Amino acid sequence: MTMQPSSATTLYDKLWQSHLVDETPGETPLIYVDRHLIHEVTSPQAFANLKYYGRKLRHPERTIATMDHNISTRSIKIDAAGEGAANQLRTLEKNCNEFGIKLFGMGHKNQGIVHVMGPELGLTLPGTVIVCGDSHTATHGAFGALAFGIGTSEVEHVFATQTLPQTKAKTMKIEVNGQVSAGISAKDIILAIIGVTGSAGATGYVVEYCGDVIKALSMEERMTICNMSIEFGAKAGLIAPDETTFAYLKDKEYAPKGAVWQQALDDWKKLKSDEEAHFDKVITLEGEKIKAQVTWGTTPGQVTAVNNKVPAPEDFTDPVEQESCRAALDYMGLTPGTKITDITINKVFIGSCTNSRIEDLRAAADIVKIYLQQGKSVSAQVDAIVVPGSYRVKTQAEAEGLAEIFTQAGFEWRLPGCSMCLGMNDDVLGAGDRCASTSNRNFEGRQGRGSRTHLVSPAMAAAAAIEGHFVDLSKNKE
Amino acid sequence: MEKFTTHTGIVAPLDIANVDTDQIIPKQFLQKTSRVGFGQHLFHDSRYLDPAGQQPDPDFILNKPPYQNASILLTRENFGCGSSREHAPWALEEFGFKVIIAPSFADIFYGNCINIGLLPITLAEQQIEVLFSHCAQGPVELTVDLAQNCLSFTTKDQETVSYAFHLDKFHQYCLAQGVDSIGWTLNKLDKIIAYEAQMPAWQ
Repeated sequence: MTMQPSSATTLYDKLWQSHLVDETPGETPLIYVDRHLIHEVTSPQAFANLKYYGRKLRHPERTIATMDHNISTRSIKIDAAGEGAANQLRTLEKNCNEFGIKLFGMGHKNQGIVHVMGPELGLTLPGTVIVCGDSHTATHGAFGALAFGIGTSEVEHVFATQTLPQTKAKTMKIEVNGQVSAGISAKDIILAIIGVTGSAGATGYVVEYCGDVIKALSMEERMTICNMSIEFGAKAGLIAPDETTFAYLKDKEYAPKGAVWQQALDDWKKLKSDEEAHFDKVITLEGEKIKAQVTWGTTPGQVTAVNNKVPAPEDFTDPVEQESCRAALDYMGLTPGTKITDITINKVFIGSCTNSRIEDLRAAADIVKIYLQQGKSVSAQVDAIVVPGSYRVKTQAEAEGLAEIFTQAGFEWRLPGCSMCLGMNDDVLGAGDRCASTSNRNFEGRQGRGSRTHLVSPAMAAAAAIEGHFVDLSKNKE
Repeated sequence: MEKFTTHTGIVAPLDIANVDTDQIIPKQFLQKTSRVGFGQHLFHDSRYLDPAGQQPDPDFILNKPPYQNASILLTRENFGCGSSREHAPWALEEFGFKVIIAPSFADIFYGNCINIGLLPITLAEQQIEVLFSHCAQGPVELTVDLAQNCLSFTTKDQETVSYAFHLDKFHQYCLAQGVDSIGWTLNKLDKIIAYEAQMPAWQ
């Protein structure tokens, strides 16, 4: 056993320790929740139970609500996405009124996908614990917050107590060293990481991302990385806050101001893993080796570089992985040995809590602009939609002329929402549709029964929309 | 929450790895505002041949007798991965499942099961293999004893096979007693108030 100085702790240890409310031996420890984000789909049963048991909502001011999961991206009307959706949206509105919760409803300037809205408003702060009834809550870990998705019973628990019983996770460090080539995005980095770990590689762990590649990323890029932590099983993803984080948060609507901001900065600067801190597992990647990624299967771990070919079951040694590969190829309608760049698609979705922020839209628009200059637009075989993550993103993208570039090239420019990432509204794929998607899950049926999803970066999705197939953009530059 | 003591039931073998919560309960059924009505849509895309759910797929395990009445699900690694939707364990429970046995579970799903009193049992890969091989020979009836942390079944050759399983002691207590988790925490209100009193202004 290696000895370590007992004082050396990880960032996760520090966040854990600073939020411990109770650790009675023999019980699950209780931690404090600073911020609770809610939306229409996973909250109604929690409110209903709270009322049934006659319990109060302990801190309405620590809870923020938005509408995102099943709203229409064509209209801001509550009824536009069908009866079931409208009922959930109205229920949220009623519950927020009754319990005194701030709600960014349809058409509000702050409305957006919960994991886009929180950070851009400064609701997401370093050193806090943030929960939401949504597995992509890990996104907020990009700010050095301990953030994780919870079930509806836990939503109710947070409502009533502002705490949660939590078992302490193991710690994993993922270091991405060196630097990545031009054109390699945060999405490519996280997909490459998941390709190494497999879809359950971090189950039971909280992951901290570090290394020069991570340090050089913008906040938007860091959010893309942390967002997909759940896709390899991690409880949460973390990136230590630094000057990039502080600069992003300064003057945001809900960020601390004045003397409190100064005090916060002093505290936040201490939020990093000590150099000698012990991690239960360490994974290292070299940035130079990361190529643009495309998933070929039905879990995010079934991924490869764009210059590779679709694998065969025999390429795997583990019998369970072989069987998973066989089933995935069957569902995806792919033949082993097919070049990734030969896979043709008929749908493109640019959006989701993974890739719908302003930088994502800029990256996609940059590619579209090049094609437009060559007189090319969206392929006749392809329907392509761009769904900004929030009204703030939408407004900014329009002001920067990005929306104009997209529409000029034949993309549909939609209203903000979760949209086709999970297809709870009418943005659903049909059976056999093959989609280049900037979302986070390529599960069977996720975007529509029988539909086929390939997870890619915004730049790759933009290029695929125009070419009708995946493109090795690094070759275009040579 | 109902108390869990022992349970005996038929094991439905679902020989698929990485079953995600989208497969357990697809998104089109998440628009309810109550906790009931999810069981009929469990594994919808695999269970029914048509999108409307009118034609059961005769090849899907839960459509074959006697597995329509199964109450124990045997499955593969990383069960319940993906979305945090508690609707997935609600659907499993409403169908009639009391116990899920797998080599590993996704974290959020595991916690959601504990919170509603659905028992997730983790066994070694090798034990899972043995269970699958017995299920391949015909329906297996299995008994789970929570107090003893033990499950057992009788093979075709009339041999009794028993496996011990590990469960967090507090989880076991909560399941056995049907503990109201929120009530339990509210008994510690003084500690929550003390914590809040020392928080920095920015937090």
